[in-house]
Parts: sequence; structure tokens; C-alpha cells
Amino acid sequence: MDVIPAWFKDLYETTGLNFTVFYDPYDWHRYVDGVRMTVLLTVSTILASLLIGAVGALLQSAPSRIVRGAVNGFVVLFRNTPPLVQIFFFYFGIGAVLPAGQDQFGLRQPFIDNVEWAIIALSLFAGAFNVEIFRSGVEAVPKTTVEAAEALGYTRLKAYVYVILPLALRVCLPALNNNLVNLLKTTTLAYAIAVPETLYAVKQIWSESQNVFEMMLVLFVTYGILVGILVWIMHRWEKSLRIPGYGR
Amino acid sequence: MAAATDPRPWTPDQPIVQLIDVHKSFGTLEVLKGVSFDVKKGEVICIIGPSGSGKSTLIRCINALVPVTSGTILVENIEVADPKLDKLALRRKVGMVFQQYNLFPHKTALQNVMMAPIHVLHQDKGEVEERARALMKKVRLTGKEDSYPGELSGGQQQRVAIARSLAMRPDIMLFDEVTAALDPETVKEVLFTIRELAEDGMTCLLVTHEMNFARDVADHIYFTDHGVIVEHGPPASFFSAPSDPRTREFLSQVL
Repeated sequence: MDVIPAWFKDLYETTGLNFTVFYDPYDWHRYVDGVRMTVLLTVSTILASLLIGAVGALLQSAPSRIVRGAVNGFVVLFRNTPPLVQIFFFYFGIGAVLPAGQDQFGLRQPFIDNVEWAIIALSLFAGAFNVEIFRSGVEAVPKTTVEAAEALGYTRLKAYVYVILPLALRVCLPALNNNLVNLLKTTTLAYAIAVPETLYAVKQIWSESQNVFEMMLVLFVTYGILVGILVWIMHRWEKSLRIPGYGR
Repeated sequence: MAAATDPRPWTPDQPIVQLIDVHKSFGTLEVLKGVSFDVKKGEVICIIGPSGSGKSTLIRCINALVPVTSGTILVENIEVADPKLDKLALRRKVGMVFQQYNLFPHKTALQNVMMAPIHVLHQDKGEVEERARALMKKVRLTGKEDSYPGELSGGQQQRVAIARSLAMRPDIMLFDEVTAALDPETVKEVLFTIRELAEDGMTCLLVTHEMNFARDVADHIYFTDHGVIVEHGPPASFFSAPSDPRTREFLSQVL
């Protein structure tokens, strides 16, 4: 068990390359907690943004003009503004004006903390893109297929859930893939409101140990692996959705 | 107030489908210019006519896929043009089969047949599966239950589409040029299935270019041109002694 810490300690003493995270238990825990937080942010924002995308794409074809306008307004708002500004807006802007409780020392205790604000802001940001991505898939579903569902008595909502969305998903999965990879990397912006995710943890470590270069390498490798895992999962999903005799 | 919009109870001696002066325009283009006819329960009606004469629009109006501009369509006394129409109630009674089959490509043949009764009518899955397997047998596709539409020939897909529609236990079946996209050998197998349905007493409305089939199976033929019914009659007299010059010209080209 001690082989790895010993090796990295030796590496530091012989070469000066100081990977504290791999031999110092305190730094290791900070780093692992940071990765855990990144995974939490990624999983929750992926799920929430997929839901936003699916619902948004449905509402884009709603009979009500107001609803359609609202969806398009949401997309424009969140797609045309920087995600960091959005995070600041929610945390410093909205968070400050919302009512808050008090902790035992009489300090302000907001009901929505920085982690939750980061999840909300990033979900809306990625969700706006997902709406457009899902729309491209929905538009690729032949009108005649939808008509067949209608003729069988499906309502608009049921046809969307059981016929349109499953087919649209298969069309838009590659585009979705890209957006979700970007979302994973964008979770580093939560650093700016002190969410202890990977970048935040690693930055703390390098400011204490003065090992910026080494920790940068750790960062690149960490995100490289995380994105690799996400892409692998997405490809598995894509494969499992493949229909025999349909498409390629 | 509710009683006023409720349909009169329908009895089998009344027409099952009734069209009264139906007009339909797409923008400035008038496709149907006052079409009226009755269909009795168990009848097989074939609608023939040149392309663009409004045949497909006509039968699409019957299950409210296309809203009419004016006129009345009654299906078992349900007013199809009623803005408060209960579309589900109508579509339970009226099944439809399309030219391009329009199966759900992400579901197997059996799942295609089972989906609507489960999703729309919330029927018991086990009971629906039993019925779906029986229907697959009826359309001679036993063994193809687990194939996806993309793995089936056009004729096989069209027969799955017929089974899918029958799974909703409709009273009336609409067929919109269902053999037009098929190659000649597979046309036969689909027509055979429709013929069996007709012999079982299903009320069928077909838009078709299969003149021989129409002659054999139909109880009544309607010939449409430019949005009106030009001529109609039982197949024997319709094909042997057409009275309108347009019918004669059309028949001379297709027979």
C-alpha cells in the first residue's frame, strides 16, 4: 500500500517533482474530495440539463405562442451570455436578495448554498443548448410517423414521450455528446464561487506547496480521464440505442 | 349543455360513416368541393381517381388528421368537425393504414402492435400481448414478432401496420394507398390480408389504384376528380358501363 507514496516521495527527493497529492494524506483527501465534487456537479447538471432540453423541445412545438416565446427567450438568454456571468448572477445577484436564515452565531445562512447555485446555473446554461440539440432531433422525426401515432389515439404529449423523443434522441446523440463533454469541463467555473471542486482543491494545494507545474499535470490528467469516462458511457448508450435495420 | 353535444346513440342500421357536403381548402386551393356519401356497417368502399383529386385528403378528414373547412362528417354519430371533439373516442373507432407504413422504427413488430392499447387505452399488458400475437398470426407474420421494422420487407411492414391498427379494435379501417409503395409481389400479400378483413365484416374505406382488387372486393366504388365525386356505383356497373366521360377516360388509362 505504501509503494506509491514512497515512490512519489522518492521522485520529489531525486528530481524535485513534487506531487504532494500522492504522498501527503491531507492533500490526497482534498484532491479526492474535489474530484467527488466535480462528479457530483457533472452528474446532477447532466441529468437536469437533459430534462430541461427534453421539456424545452416539447414546449417549442406547444400550441401556445406565449409558451413557445418563453422557451425561445430562455434559450437566447442562457446561450448568449457567458456561463461565469450566469453563475455570478445567481450566486451574488439572486442569492443576495433571497431571504436567508441565521446560524447559531447570528450569521447569514442562505437557503441555497454555493454548490446548489452552481448546479442551478450550469444546468440552465447547458439546458439551453440541449433544447436546441433536442429540437434538431425532433425535427428529423418524419411527420408521417407522428401522424401514425396520432391516428392510434396518442395525444401530443404521449406521442412525444413514446415515439418522437426516443427517435429524436438517436439523431441528436452525437451533438448531445459534445455539449455534455463541454458541460463537464465548464463545472470548473464553480471554482469562482468557492465550490470545492477539482480545480479549487488543486489550486489550494499548489498555493501551499508551490508545485504549480506538477498540479497542473494532475489537473489535465484528471479531466482527461473524467471526460474519457463520460465519452465511453455516451458511446455505450449510443450503441445500446442502435436499432437493427435502421440508419447506419 | 353537455347533453346537446353528446351524439345520438348509434345503431347499426344507421350509416357508420356519413359525409355531408364536405369542403376542404389548403389556403386558396380547394381540394374537396362538397363531397357527400354514406357508408353502411360492414361495407367495403373503394375511392379511386387520378392523383391530386383529393382522395387521400378525403379519408384523412374522416379520422380528423385533416380538419375540414366546412360540412359534416359523422362517424357512428360522432361529429368529427366538432371543435370539442374527443379525438381519442374517434380514433378508437377508426383505424388507419398509411402508404409509407409509418411503423415505429425503434420498436419490434410485436411492440408496434402492443404499444397503442397499452399507452392509449391502458389495457393489461398480458392481455394485449396475447391479442397482438394472435394478430401477427392473422397477418401471417408468426415468427417475425421480434424483428424491427427495418428488418422487414415493405409488404411485411404494411401487414404489421394493419395488425397495429387492428389491435385498437376499430369499427372502421381506412387504407390510404397502402400498396402504392410496394413492389408487385408484395402487393398481393397485403391485399390478401385486407380481403380477409373485409370478409370478416370489417367496414373498410380504401383509397386505391388497384382496380382489379376494387372490382373484386368493393361493395361500392366512388370515382373522384378535382374534389368532387364524379360517379359512383357497385363495381359491376361502374367498371362495365361508366357513364361519365371523365370516368371512362380514367378507366381506359388504368385498366
